[in-house]
Amino acid sequence: MLRFLARRTLGALVIILLISAITFFLFFALPSEPALMSCGKNCTADSLAVINKNLGLDQPVPVQYWHYMAGIFTGREFSAGHCPAPCFGYSFANQQPVWDTIVDRFPTTLSIALGGAVVFLVVGVGVGMLAAAFRGTWIDKLFSSLSLLGNALQIYFVGVLALAVLVSGLHWMDNPAYHPITEDPVKWFTGMLIPWLVLSVIFIAGYSRMTRSLMIEQLSEDHVRTARAKGLGRSAVFFRYAWRGALAPIVTIFGIDLGSLFSGAIITEFTFSLHGLGRLAVSSVTGTDLPMLMAVMLVGCTAIVLANIVVDAAYALIDPRVRLA
Amino acid sequence: MTAFLSVRDLSVRFATEDGVVRAVDGLSFDVERGRTLGIVGESGSGKSVTNLSVLGLHDPRTTEIEGRILLDGQDLTTAPESVLEKLRGNRMAMIFQDSLTALSPYYTVGRQIAEPFRKHTGASRREARLRAIEMLRKVGIPNPALRVDDYPHQFSGGMRQRAMIAMALVCDPELLIADEPTTALDVTVQAQILDLLKDLQQQTGSAIVLITHDLGVVAGTADDVLVMYAGRAVERGTAREVLRSPRHPYTWGLLGSMPRLTSPVDEPLTPIPGSPPSLLDPPPGCPFHPRCAYVDRVGGDRCRTERPEPPEGRGAACHLPDGAGRGRTR
Ligand SMILES: Nc1ncnc2c1ncn2[C@@H]1O[C@H](COP(=O)(O)OP(=O)(O)O)[C@@H](O)[C@H]1O
Ligand code: SF4
Ligand SMILES: [Mg+2]
Repeated sequence: MLRFLARRTLGALVIILLISAITFFLFFALPSEPALMSCGKNCTADSLAVINKNLGLDQPVPVQYWHYMAGIFTGREFSAGHCPAPCFGYSFANQQPVWDTIVDRFPTTLSIALGGAVVFLVVGVGVGMLAAAFRGTWIDKLFSSLSLLGNALQIYFVGVLALAVLVSGLHWMDNPAYHPITEDPVKWFTGMLIPWLVLSVIFIAGYSRMTRSLMIEQLSEDHVRTARAKGLGRSAVFFRYAWRGALAPIVTIFGIDLGSLFSGAIITEFTFSLHGLGRLAVSSVTGTDLPMLMAVMLVGCTAIVLANIVVDAAYALIDPRVRLA
Repeated sequence: MTAFLSVRDLSVRFATEDGVVRAVDGLSFDVERGRTLGIVGESGSGKSVTNLSVLGLHDPRTTEIEGRILLDGQDLTTAPESVLEKLRGNRMAMIFQDSLTALSPYYTVGRQIAEPFRKHTGASRREARLRAIEMLRKVGIPNPALRVDDYPHQFSGGMRQRAMIAMALVCDPELLIADEPTTALDVTVQAQILDLLKDLQQQTGSAIVLITHDLGVVAGTADDVLVMYAGRAVERGTAREVLRSPRHPYTWGLLGSMPRLTSPVDEPLTPIPGSPPSLLDPPPGCPFHPRCAYVDRVGGDRCRTERPEPPEGRGAACHLPDGAGRGRTR
């Protein structure tokens, strides 16, 4: 298990390094002059050169990349002063330390993604299990028609609909907003509820259908028949054997869906004008803000890769054949 | 006085997309305590379906069961699920063919053995665990106190099959159904497992139904034999009778396709030509007639039009006059 984790972490580091390098070098392939951002109105060639020098933009790109990556672990000295580790530099756009902005925005995206995942896992898997338990009855049929409908939905459409009905129409909820969970858990919850529901809608249909078919498959497995042959009751057979067997593939699919989960969270952010990593990524590209772009990419990738490792570890815990291999 | 397990006129039909499958059709047999009935037949002849019906494990939504299955006088076909749950794994238990798929990969061998014991005796976790270790020792697993915590994939095929036997026997069932318990194993392990079953039967006096497609397995283990073809009984008798003087052309065919220790190794085995009939649309008359070499020995067109009576006691479901098979005696 430890060796497995070590191997996965090493692989993750390589992936993150690769992505950061690609981002960095692509940025310099763009026909833009980042120094212009901080140069102000009366920009001369001389002042541009000074800024370029201050920002280190006059050095070869690989050297800049090295400084940037090293700074994350050791901190960096700028003309403006010392930037302590983890130093992602100062934003070209607002001259603020990039890390502070990230710390400010990341929790929003993370809240949306995690909460949405919890909602769609609980609802999607739950509905799928119900449908399998009541296969062929009206419950099953109702859920399968609903899932056809859910399949056709898109985040921005559901988002607008939710706002129109729940917020403007019925006044049941306030406009979605992010409040840190550390300050006010209740406000955090109510503010995130609509984004969670909207984000989860697009996954629920898929997860309920997958769970239903996995459960039905499991229920006809030999080991489930053995469990019945032992005299176990219906619910013990259903949960202890069939569901346990369906769990591993569900976790696998969830691992594959992590990427879509984060992109879904970002679309949700835009839909509800929340300030998270997605908005930051777009503004840093349009504003040729290299340090910010790099930081967003690094933090985003690390989050996805870490989540992947957690999912894989969970898979190993679930399946003794993997754990004890 | 009915036998301990008495199956009377059992019919099992499945509703499928292609139509109704008549997997078992008018089958009767008896098994007494302390005796072993071997059920023999090619794959697809309805052996497993018959015995899954005894345990009541078919899906009631797609299965129609007729006839009676009496366990110690109690009719299982009409018994409610709650009654069956109390009998399964307790008074009647089953050993399945493929121990790799028949055990859950997610729980330890010990837990899977202990589970029915706890359920049926109300034993504590500790008692059940001790019982699981005792059972593993009984079926010949070395180091049972350690191996009890292994997962099925950590066992070899033969050990897994032993573990499954331990699981089936944990509540000392009076009826044990073993569905091809040795088919997936090599010959040496196969012999060990069969010996083990015989030993355990001698200790507990349970009735055993041993399902196999291999008459060789029957020869060493069964007291009585039921030969099945296309969901019907085609021959019944004691093992000695059926193996020494088989009366049904299908049994002759099975014996001809069985390797004999006394025959030269290079003597070719002669499998029965053709394949079993479709159970969706079984042929009229004798279900074996499309493959039978003796159709012309029977007067008229009876083999194709008239269904032979199922055997009662010693006998065969065949229109050939008794004794026609005497030339076949081995
Ligand atoms: N649940 C089911 N639905 C439809 N057909 C079935 C079902 N179970 C078994 N059968 C059919 O019944 C016949 C007998 O099967 P089975 O009893 O498993 O044969 P065997 O003698 O090899 O154990 C086969 O043709 C099989 O396809
Ligand atoms: S009844 Fe006719 S077809 Fe059937 S086994 Fe006997 S001889 Fe062959
Ligand atoms: Mg079978």
